[in-house]
Amino acid sequence: MAEPATTRPKWIGQSMKRVEDPRFLRGKGRYIDDIRLPNMAVAAILRSPHAHARIVRIDTSAAERLPGVYAVVTGQDVRARMAPLPTFAVGPIYQDLLAVEKVRHVGEAVAAVVAENRYIAEDACELIEVEYEPLPPVVDPFAAMEPGAPLVHEALGSNVAYQRTFTFGDFDRDFNEADHIVRAKLRWPRSSGMPMETNGAIGDYDEGTGILTIYANSMNFTYFQWLIATSLKIPASKLRVVPINAGGSFGSKFFMHKVPTLAGFLSMVAGRPVKFVEDRIDHILNNDHCGSDRYYDVALAVDRDGTMRALQIKVVDDYGAYLQFGTGTHGNALAQVVGPYRIPSVQYELTAVLTNKNQQGAYRGFGSEVNNWVLERMVDFAARELGLDPVAIRRKNFIRPEQFPYRTPTGNIYDSGNYEGVLDKALALAEYDRWVAERERARQEGRYLGIGIVTAQERSVFSSTEFWFWFDQPGFPVTSSPESATVTIDPTGKFIVTLHSLAFWGNSPETVATQVVAEQFDIDPADVVVTYAASQRALPGTGPGGSRFTVMVTGALVGASGRLKEKIKKIAAHRLEVSPEDLEFHQGSVRVKGSPERALTLSEIALSAYMFKLDLPEDVESGLEASYTFDHPYTTLPSPDRKDLGVFYPFMGHACHIAVVEVDPETGQFTWHKYAAVADAGTVVNPMTLDGHLTGGTAQGLGTALYEEYVYDDRGQMLTASFMDYLVPTAMEVPRIDIDHQETPSPYTPYGIKGAGEGGRMMAPGVITAALEDALAPLGVRITELPITPAKLVRWIAEAKARGQAPTA
Amino acid sequence: MVEKRPVTVTVNGQVRQAEVEPRRTLADFLREDLNLPGTHLGCEHGVCGNCTVLLDGQSVRACLMFAVQADGHEILTVEGLVAPNGDLHPLQEAFWEHHALQCGFCTPAMLLTAYEYLQQHPVPGSDEEIREAIGGVLCRCTGYQNIVTAIRAAATKLTAAGPAPASRSVAD
Ligand code: FES
Ligand code: FES
Repeated sequence: MAEPATTRPKWIGQSMKRVEDPRFLRGKGRYIDDIRLPNMAVAAILRSPHAHARIVRIDTSAAERLPGVYAVVTGQDVRARMAPLPTFAVGPIYQDLLAVEKVRHVGEAVAAVVAENRYIAEDACELIEVEYEPLPPVVDPFAAMEPGAPLVHEALGSNVAYQRTFTFGDFDRDFNEADHIVRAKLRWPRSSGMPMETNGAIGDYDEGTGILTIYANSMNFTYFQWLIATSLKIPASKLRVVPINAGGSFGSKFFMHKVPTLAGFLSMVAGRPVKFVEDRIDHILNNDHCGSDRYYDVALAVDRDGTMRALQIKVVDDYGAYLQFGTGTHGNALAQVVGPYRIPSVQYELTAVLTNKNQQGAYRGFGSEVNNWVLERMVDFAARELGLDPVAIRRKNFIRPEQFPYRTPTGNIYDSGNYEGVLDKALALAEYDRWVAERERARQEGRYLGIGIVTAQERSVFSSTEFWFWFDQPGFPVTSSPESATVTIDPTGKFIVTLHSLAFWGNSPETVATQVVAEQFDIDPADVVVTYAASQRALPGTGPGGSRFTVMVTGALVGASGRLKEKIKKIAAHRLEVSPEDLEFHQGSVRVKGSPERALTLSEIALSAYMFKLDLPEDVESGLEASYTFDHPYTTLPSPDRKDLGVFYPFMGHACHIAVVEVDPETGQFTWHKYAAVADAGTVVNPMTLDGHLTGGTAQGLGTALYEEYVYDDRGQMLTASFMDYLVPTAMEVPRIDIDHQETPSPYTPYGIKGAGEGGRMMAPGVITAALEDALAPLGVRITELPITPAKLVRWIAEAKARGQAPTA
Repeated sequence: MVEKRPVTVTVNGQVRQAEVEPRRTLADFLREDLNLPGTHLGCEHGVCGNCTVLLDGQSVRACLMFAVQADGHEILTVEGLVAPNGDLHPLQEAFWEHHALQCGFCTPAMLLTAYEYLQQHPVPGSDEEIREAIGGVLCRCTGYQNIVTAIRAAATKLTAAGPAPASRSVAD
């Protein structure tokens, strides 16, 4: 692989305007629902009204008779022609595209109608008669664990899909030796990415060739394309997945396969192209990815002086009715379980429970954002109980700059960091001392002003071991998570970059690629066009997720550029009669070092590479194109006893967020005084887009902290199935966010970049909780659950008052 | 099937006629019958505002209106913000310059909402007022901050450019 240039970068680090934007600004985004194929039909889904019921009978005849209906499909058709959907779960937890025999949650797909348009398809859904035999639902995960509880999957024999305790380091010694144990029960409820565009796909089966084309806004298609083919029982070579711009994902379109598989299947059944795009209610009830839904029992062992000794986490995670993505979201938590602190030992007990709810999957942070919230809560509780300053206790326990690369107790490595540097910048940016004085004054006046601070990690670039190190005998211990890029120079000297996953969900893959290639060849970014390969031509790719894409695609682009530059130099050296080592790339040409007048433009070289074979060195093929597949630059296997999980998430970003709020204890409403965030994501590729992730992620984290929750009642009915009840923050709720950066490059990645796509959502829930709690500290309110609604705040204040807590400073 | 009804609307300055079912939403009519896919559907129940278009200069949610209700009215969609020569509107330029979009899905609605606001307030008020003006359109990506910045920047450019933005009528 070529070395990144050692001179100061010209394009990396610039706030370049995004090359993706013009099409979206014009309303020509070509999202999935904008695409119409000739002869295309549209599908709608009939969903279960029951949380748990046996399907006794389905009568589709009236629906089939409706003019404009082309096909009606049920679980029986799926069972007859398809295999179950792919899953990371071990054990008999199978999921079919449409429910067979029984439904396991409200909103599970029961039948699909293919019709001339969506209106007719929905009319037809209403004509389908389904006879259900309701079964007792299991909604509460603790009730689900009781003996005799109704079973979500009878074949499993239990609703506990997974339970194991991992111990890292000399936990018993550290835990028992500590002066003090801080304990808390914490609750993080289910929410989800909720992109403004839902998930969608178009299937287009060609009976002539037997090739099924699926257009989809699903990420990672090169990673799972063959798994969909297996479900559909067609050869993977005959499934072509075409990536389509996604209107947001945040995890919701990560490895999203139910919708593409459905569109593909319906197209094969109906014999024509079929589009299925979820409406919002489809999405809320049955998307592939809800976020974590966890109940924690945590103990942090500390010495009197605040030194953290050991961390014990017992977590019950309510996964819903299926376990498609396994327990990888806890692998994420284990990647940075000790946060930025020197905690030498950890015990982690995970219980994964099945209930009659939609399945869990990915949401920005992938479960590690939950751990951030939990750990920062514990640190604040420790400070409170020990009478220490929340800044001081953090500072005292930080991993120090000279300790990197730092091996955490779980085995994961932190590559680099300077946590005090970030902290100091944040304190300055937030004018912390001024607000501390202001809080004093406010309290004397009887006002409830609070300051929150979190210092937390953002791991980046996952390795796939986190999906299976849970098991001693994993079913499929995959270790690859590559990304590829192809760089082509056309005969006129212009650049075409091909990406090999669906990389666009609102991030900037095309801008990143343009910046890296412009950097590598010293060319004008306007000369670069970026395209996406469909799966039949695509090289290995894993797509965006786990803040990996910028790091990984840069590695691929640097590699492909290196190969191409070598070829260009060979051609130029031959023509200029010098040796390749004497050549350098300079502003769109290749010139002889020291004699800049001896140069060839890239267009001259390109033309000869395509059209003048006899001018080329004999062993050089025609054309100018190179590809490179970049594998994870630093990952190792877990130990057989799983006391060491290996290196699986080593490029460790860090951030400090500080929030200042003022609460009205009568109404539970509050106002913002300040929100400041300083992040360290290694070398910054594009400060403007990085700030965008930080701001947008913070707004999402604010939603998690204050507003968003998937609420199921005790019968398993979904109470928040629309935007009337599931509250996404508007511009009125999100405060102004002040941002600063620190750059501590990674020693292991191209240009020292670390991922930062999950941005502010890693930190915002923690800092908002801390600020609100601090505001109400004089009343003795302790916050242990989200979302923090005004009604809950008022209740907690009343409870605290009833406990007779004397006001304290 | 219900009988179709004729609808005549002026969309982005062009008179368009079609026969539609009375139950067809304005959003589906624009997107599918008139081939203007820039109007996006985020919820189809009137909350997200991503389907916002301007009807006689007033923002409306195209998912909550039937096409037949628009009969005889003038509509501006995002496609109509672009000048006939293909140039971006100053608001679009400002959104690009200030990174006011990420996935771009809410962008058409944000642009039209901002356009309406600047028509009424060529000199925008405080950030809070701008936030209130766009409060009816949900964006899941940006956290809104850069949208506020972009609207203010566009206003400065538009007022500096001489004639008030109101001179850029629906038909130009
Ligand atoms: S799509 Fe019209 S308001 Fe959401
Ligand atoms: S830019 Fe994605 S929803 Fe606003």
